[in-house]
Amino acid sequence: MINRVLRGRMAMPALIVLALVVLCAVLAPLLAPFDPNAQDLLTRLSPPQWTGGHLLGTDNLGRDVLSRLIYGARISLFVGLAVALISGTIGALIGIVAGYRGGWADRVLMRLADVQLAFPAILLALAVVAFLGNGLWVVIIVLGVTNWVSYARVTRSSVLSLRERDYVLEARAIGVGPATIMRRHLLPNVLASLITIAALNVASAIVVESALSFLGLGVPADIPTWGSMLADGQLYLGTSWWIAVFPGLALMLTALSINITGDAVRDAVDPRAYR
Amino acid sequence: MTDVMADPAAIPTTALWRSGGARTLNIGRAVLGKVVSAVIVLFIVATVAFLLVRISGDPLALLLPPDATQEQADQLAAQLGLNQPLLLQYLHYLGGLLHGDLGRSIFFDQPVVSLIGERLPATALLAVTAIVLSLVISLPAGILASVHRGRLTDTVISGIVLIGQSTPAFWIGIVFILLFAVRLRVLPAAGYGSAAHLVLPAVTLAIYSIAVVARVLRTSLADELSADYIRTATAKGLSRGQVVLGHGLRNASLPVVTVVGLELGSLLGGAILTEQVFSWPGIGRLTVEAISNRDFALVQGAVLFFALVFVVVNLLVDLSYTLLDPRVRLGR
Amino acid sequence: MSAPILTVEDLRVDFALPGRTVHAVRGVSFEVRAGRTLAIVGESGSGKSATASSVLRLNPEPPASYPSGLIVYEGRDLLRLPEREMRDIRGDQIAMVFQDPMSSLNPVRRIGAQIAEVLHRHRGGRASQYHDDVLAALEAAGIDDPQRRADQYPHELSGGLRQRAMIAMALVAGPRLLIADEPTTALDVTVQAQILDVLADLQAERQMALLLITHDLGVVANMADDVLVMRAGEVVEQGDVLSILTDPQHPYTQQLLAATPRLREETPA
Repeated sequence: MINRVLRGRMAMPALIVLALVVLCAVLAPLLAPFDPNAQDLLTRLSPPQWTGGHLLGTDNLGRDVLSRLIYGARISLFVGLAVALISGTIGALIGIVAGYRGGWADRVLMRLADVQLAFPAILLALAVVAFLGNGLWVVIIVLGVTNWVSYARVTRSSVLSLRERDYVLEARAIGVGPATIMRRHLLPNVLASLITIAALNVASAIVVESALSFLGLGVPADIPTWGSMLADGQLYLGTSWWIAVFPGLALMLTALSINITGDAVRDAVDPRAYR
Repeated sequence: MTDVMADPAAIPTTALWRSGGARTLNIGRAVLGKVVSAVIVLFIVATVAFLLVRISGDPLALLLPPDATQEQADQLAAQLGLNQPLLLQYLHYLGGLLHGDLGRSIFFDQPVVSLIGERLPATALLAVTAIVLSLVISLPAGILASVHRGRLTDTVISGIVLIGQSTPAFWIGIVFILLFAVRLRVLPAAGYGSAAHLVLPAVTLAIYSIAVVARVLRTSLADELSADYIRTATAKGLSRGQVVLGHGLRNASLPVVTVVGLELGSLLGGAILTEQVFSWPGIGRLTVEAISNRDFALVQGAVLFFALVFVVVNLLVDLSYTLLDPRVRLGR
Repeated sequence: MSAPILTVEDLRVDFALPGRTVHAVRGVSFEVRAGRTLAIVGESGSGKSATASSVLRLNPEPPASYPSGLIVYEGRDLLRLPEREMRDIRGDQIAMVFQDPMSSLNPVRRIGAQIAEVLHRHRGGRASQYHDDVLAALEAAGIDDPQRRADQYPHELSGGLRQRAMIAMALVAGPRLLIADEPTTALDVTVQAQILDVLADLQAERQMALLLITHDLGVVANMADDVLVMRAGEVVEQGDVLSILTDPQHPYTQQLLAATPRLREETPA
């Protein structure tokens, strides 16, 4: 009991944090006090000053940490949402095909799902980036193409249970086409679950993207991302902790709030599922 | 980072082979089926790797150092059989793989296999330590959380677990370095060699696994504990401990075994990041170096090696699931 | 008539749910004697199962609580007994059989092992030394080829066999009182009679007291010596089976009886 109450209470702050992140991403140019790429070697490595100037300090090239943080939100959010959209679409389509056609197609697709699950996202992304070069869209497409399994599973089971429902059988009997059936009956049921999965997908995509950037294999260096900030920051841990700590904090809070929100949505929709 | 927690159904479905035959025949066929699948997967991976190299550009340009002489280029071309039809190249390549030939690293000028061999012990040490650590912490945590479900203990544990799962491991590693190496100076920031060097990387690597395993155990055990046979066990006069551990835990352990197995596999992926953060001389770091150095032969070799390990680990996990659950074993 | 094995006096059971407290049992009293069967009849929600589970204190506390009342066994109040001593009684002196044998048996352990566990718990030693006792119990419950069945898992047995196995497990330690909570409800009609026979035979053999919970008046007619009719947590009527069935006093009992289809009466046109 306490668990659920607290989870409910945590949902509010989580949503607030999320809203903040979205705000930063959308209104970055307006919110950021400095140009994230503006270097000022005179003020390099200055600590956070709450009173004015660089609120969160500057990095090794004199760039304002706060501004880079705000702009970094853009990349993270963009990647997360794009990945979720791509994976969701691919996954839903595969799930529908598997559930509807059944038989051989179903078995093959589900086996494919097992294979896909066997490989951690990072490794796959690494391999592809290694050969195809890094870049925003490479990352997005790789992550998008490899995260479809959960969506597919959920959609497939929905389709399977739907196929046998009386009202669907009746609809088919009077000649309603499968596409319409899907749209009218399947989608509303499955949408909530898909959104929950999408939320968690976004969180993990954001983390994987920053992992790649951290390794220097993600987005090109001129675009500020939290991951690359972390990489830069690690080199100066001894003297300037703020360069690494703040982006990491942002990452953690973003992922955490997405997870909490996702959990809350899931609980609201179907409290018995996935407990 | 497989989203197992988002969706417990992400645990692979065990393929059930139905046959009217005897018990052993059933198991035998199931096992065979899984082994065959695993081999097919390896084939696919090898093929994709083969194609990737060919697609992304002139393989000669990729596999040779920039200052290679024409002679070296010709030699490699002959070796790879680049003037032969694609199919022959492919077969040649597969043959090489089966003999353990993963190519030759440009940067280190060594066969890939020997490079991997050099770095493997370090990664293995890290991975094994992390798994052991994660089990030691996640098992009691999961049991406690599920037994006291809904109460304070559960909330605290679940909260910590949630944070552990959401926080990127490489950042935790950096924070650890900041705290223990820079500020407190009790542990080394990076490197390899002593037990002290092992602590931070192993803990960092273990954190995500702890979170995942604890959560799965909690859910699985809580589900089992609400089943009727638990009430029966109590009615037989067994103590709470005997009921929870002897009956509940034994039954709840199946999905946990699966997850632990999966984590073993994905730990190698996580190790890449952790090794980078702590400059741990393992295969993960080797791979990253290789990518930065555009040492494609090494990258290809390392990725294939990882794939092999994953597939084998997953196969073992899948098999263990089949063998452990009598309901599956007897072909229900 | 022998002295009662179990005496329940003014039992009250509350369940604390979010927002409200449910008074599942409101002052129920009865006795169960050796060699006799007391049937507690009622609809679902009447509190009969809660009453039955209270004897062995199987209701999780919280949310269950026992604000007042006594359950006396061998001069001790089971409701106030320390858990440790309660555990010694469960399975050994008082045993229980539940409604759904499929979910009430551990699916991943063999039948024989589950039965042996009872003896191992109460008599110590090693579980392997009770092999013969297990087979004897299975036979007593009417299971043919007990050795083969003992090595099987619950899902390999039919519903009737599973329930017999449950009964074997409950009786293997020789309890003086057996509580059966809807033992036949989850079974096919044809099997129900068999199970009731098993219970009746075993009771006669061992002069065991049987507390039978059911909603089925047919079962009552078949098995019970005494009847307790419950409704909304209270006892509405009680007495020996013949009087209750042929001459019910309380309107509720009369309704219950009227609701049972009978073969020979004429249905109103």
